[in-house]
Amino acid sequence: MIELQSISKRFGSRKGPVVRALSQLNLSVPRGSLYGLLGPNGAGKTTSLRILATLLAPDSGTVRVAGVDALAFPRRVRRLLGYVAQDVAIDKILTGRELLALQSALHHLPAGVAVERISSLIELLGMADWIDRRSGSYSGGMRRRLDLAAGLLHRPPVLVLDEPTVGLDIESRSAIWQVLRQLRDQGTTVLLSSHYLEEVEALADRLAIIDAGRVIAEGTPTELKSALGGDRVTLRVREFSDAVEAARVEALLQRCPGVREVVINSAQGHSLNLVIEHDGVIPQMRGMLADAGLQVFALAQSRPSLDDVYLQATGRTLMDAELSVAGQRDAKAERKQQMR
Amino acid sequence: MTPASLPFSPMPVEMPEPSAFAEISQETLALTRRLFLQLARRPSTLVAGVLQPLIWLVLFGALFANAPSGLLPGGGSYGRFLGAGVIVFTAFSAALNAGLPVMFDREFGFLNRLLVAPLRSRSSIVLASVIYITSLSLVQCMAIMATAALLGYGWPGGAGLLLVLVCLLLLVFAVTALSLGLAFALPGHIELIAVIFVTNLPLLFASTALAPLAFMPAWLGWLAAVNPLTFAIEPIRAAYRGDFTLNQVVLQAPYGDLSIAGCLTILVVLAVVLFLAIRPLLDRKLT
Repeated sequence: MIELQSISKRFGSRKGPVVRALSQLNLSVPRGSLYGLLGPNGAGKTTSLRILATLLAPDSGTVRVAGVDALAFPRRVRRLLGYVAQDVAIDKILTGRELLALQSALHHLPAGVAVERISSLIELLGMADWIDRRSGSYSGGMRRRLDLAAGLLHRPPVLVLDEPTVGLDIESRSAIWQVLRQLRDQGTTVLLSSHYLEEVEALADRLAIIDAGRVIAEGTPTELKSALGGDRVTLRVREFSDAVEAARVEALLQRCPGVREVVINSAQGHSLNLVIEHDGVIPQMRGMLADAGLQVFALAQSRPSLDDVYLQATGRTLMDAELSVAGQRDAKAERKQQMR
Repeated sequence: MTPASLPFSPMPVEMPEPSAFAEISQETLALTRRLFLQLARRPSTLVAGVLQPLIWLVLFGALFANAPSGLLPGGGSYGRFLGAGVIVFTAFSAALNAGLPVMFDREFGFLNRLLVAPLRSRSSIVLASVIYITSLSLVQCMAIMATAALLGYGWPGGAGLLLVLVCLLLLVFAVTALSLGLAFALPGHIELIAVIFVTNLPLLFASTALAPLAFMPAWLGWLAAVNPLTFAIEPIRAAYRGDFTLNQVVLQAPYGDLSIAGCLTILVVLAVVLFLAIRPLLDRKLT
């Protein structure tokens, strides 16, 4: 339903450095699926979605929505798409209802139809109590719900959401999740970006993990996790080990059959992270440690998560990736970039 | 909240295309409505737009009330002379601000919201601004004209009123085009406001709004004689004087005499040229 092929996009001005936002990005979203685009801030999620929404032209590559070439026929694609942007721009002085009425007119809905759809969306998204207040007084959750409603007015077969629940209260978040699932169940293709693992895990039928402007892994959550194989184990022999003790344990574990990828996590009191090939490895490990006079202080075992998928592909956790870019991004420059 | 079930399934991919005129009118109407809703809830622009010229009219009128009669060409009081200038200044100031709402929409990202919608023509966005500013400035001008009449500065009758409206409309179109162009060319509202600030008063002083050409040193006279405000002011002044013909000379410029028809022609050309000039810029920013 959505096809992005070999999309590249650079940003840069005469003054600033050139930033490669996307390089040869490929994305294929099947019809009727709820598709997650997972990646840390700055990975290129927003840029991809803005290109899809015809707000931005790629430097190269092709974009198709329901078979329509978005670069050649942007207006046809705009009619097929509902786009819910990340940073919601609303006219503070209008009420939510007036804003929806404006949006309906921009989608050329007949007045009667617009009124009907607006009231059903107000009910669906639980906006009745505040929709006639000026939108300047809305909370983040209210704005996001309003924006979702605006994206649904023309009943688009494809709904694109950029970080729909970032910074939202739990109630708004679950309300939005519920609507997205219903939409998918009724045949709408939903593409959402997120840097929340649990969001993508909870919602998405399929996902792509995006990093540094490229898709680095793609599949259903189950496929991706089982491709990693083996459970994740975190082991401590003492609440806080020193580096020497941790190195000794590491050496010991590396000799244990069925244990892979032993890593010392110095940020967590020199605990050890490792992968085990099957459950039988655990008692074996315990035995080896006991023989060496070490006891197990704590041992946690878990199935591989999407974060492990990300870790495997990029060599760092999603959280670390977030932190590393947190200080580098210039919100003002990005806003400027989006300005026409 | 209790989520209701979705009342719909997505629309079919192919839809028939309604007429372009119907769609463009619908878009333009909705966008214009938005601007008027903003105005109704934040009327300070309207009020300030009337108050400022009103203050000019009252203060300047009083300042020169005792000027010796016969000082001004064609006789009459200074208040009568000033009226036309202040009316044109009102329309000019209002039109010069036309770009501000567009600039704010650019900066706050509301424009992006409009651009995601399948607008039949993105000119609707510009058209809505033109309609809004034109109506707003005409309302402000009418308020000033009514006040001037109450102050005893006269009222143009019949054909005169029509001439006043034509002059104002042409000037508003030209200046609106300029302001909209600036709103897309400049990087932010600070710069736009700076340009408005720097343009506004000098253009007033370097025109025949406050004093006739004959009073000015030669260099200022030249400036005033090429200032678009002058081409709107002089025909309006003629309309206020009463009987006029289109061939009547209203401006004895250093480069030659200009009739009412001549002034109107210049204003038409200016408006057309400015709209054509900003066209490529709008095309670039809106596609």
